[in-house]
Amino acid sequence: MSTHVSSPTGTPGHPIGGWRGLVADWSSDQRAFQVSWGKVMMWIFLLSDTFIFSSFLIGYMSVRIATTVPWPNPSHVFALHIGGAEVPLLLIAIMTFVLISSSGTMAMAVNFAYRRQRKACALLMLATALFGVTFVGMQAFEWTNLIVNEGVRPWGNPMGAAQFGSAFFMITGFHGFHVTCGVIYLLIVASKVLRGHYEASGNYQIVEIAGLYWHFVDLVWVFIFALFYLW
Amino acid sequence: MSATTPRTPYEEFAELRAAQQATQAAPPAAPPAVPQAGHAAPAASHAHGQQHPIGLYLKIWGLLFVLSTASYLVDYFHFTGLLRWTLILLFMVLKAGLIIAVFMHMAWERTALICAILLPPLALGVLIWLMHAESDYTFLTRGMFFG
Repeated sequence: MSTHVSSPTGTPGHPIGGWRGLVADWSSDQRAFQVSWGKVMMWIFLLSDTFIFSSFLIGYMSVRIATTVPWPNPSHVFALHIGGAEVPLLLIAIMTFVLISSSGTMAMAVNFAYRRQRKACALLMLATALFGVTFVGMQAFEWTNLIVNEGVRPWGNPMGAAQFGSAFFMITGFHGFHVTCGVIYLLIVASKVLRGHYEASGNYQIVEIAGLYWHFVDLVWVFIFALFYLW
Repeated sequence: MSATTPRTPYEEFAELRAAQQATQAAPPAAPPAVPQAGHAAPAASHAHGQQHPIGLYLKIWGLLFVLSTASYLVDYFHFTGLLRWTLILLFMVLKAGLIIAVFMHMAWERTALICAILLPPLALGVLIWLMHAESDYTFLTRGMFFG
């Protein structure tokens, strides 16, 4: 570890300055808090993402409180009709379980990665990605249903407050985009794990870092589920 | 380091860290880490760091399922008012806490990292409070002038 401290950044006590110093400081495995830089950077990215999603949700709260037109009842809007009976929020509940399951498989993938069981790790990551694709597929189904059958648009809908559409498409769209990116991320890391790319260094922390991102996507859904669908 | 030459804080830090790593990174049973990768040293400490029994993850997984079902049932049984809000927010916070603490391993991270990540979002409370007051006001004025 001491080699990283001294070599690229100049001698201890005399770090090189200027642009070379800037490049060295940003690119040479600098660590803070005794935690590897990759993990800290992912956490900081997730922190910034937290603020983005919070802004969306707070904006949604504002328009929902401020509107004088009744808000469409999510319980009915997102209901599924099974055998003539209306089951409220069924699709959303299934999506929630799918995403939680993906988080479970991801957590176990991280575990197998640190045990250096490559096949089990990659398989669990692929299962996670598959759950993610299922989630996005169900979301596409939900969007289609809302746009085509219910006539919901970002500027209005036949069921009530016009802001419902813009808030819904903005929040779930941004979340679905995150899930899609996560699936691609997972597939890249899983294929690298499978090919033994990390065997040389023996460092499988990248799986844990990818896992952090994936769990965050699940975490955001917890809030969307509670605040958008259950309110 | 001789006691006569004053050390810079940078040197002291590097020394401290080297000492810490020497104690933390017990020789791993895994194949020897190759130092060229740059990640090797963290790997050595993390090979032990975030290793938790699978059973723990399965238990949390089950608990998340139970909590999700419970929050779904809140809607299914048409709870309303304060009871609905309390239950929804309670289940939400519990689920978020379990995911962050166990799945994202925050419970086992260093306190400095926990503070750096979990304290800043508290500022959002101010924004929520401000926007809540503001939108209440908007609602009232809309009712007065367009009602």
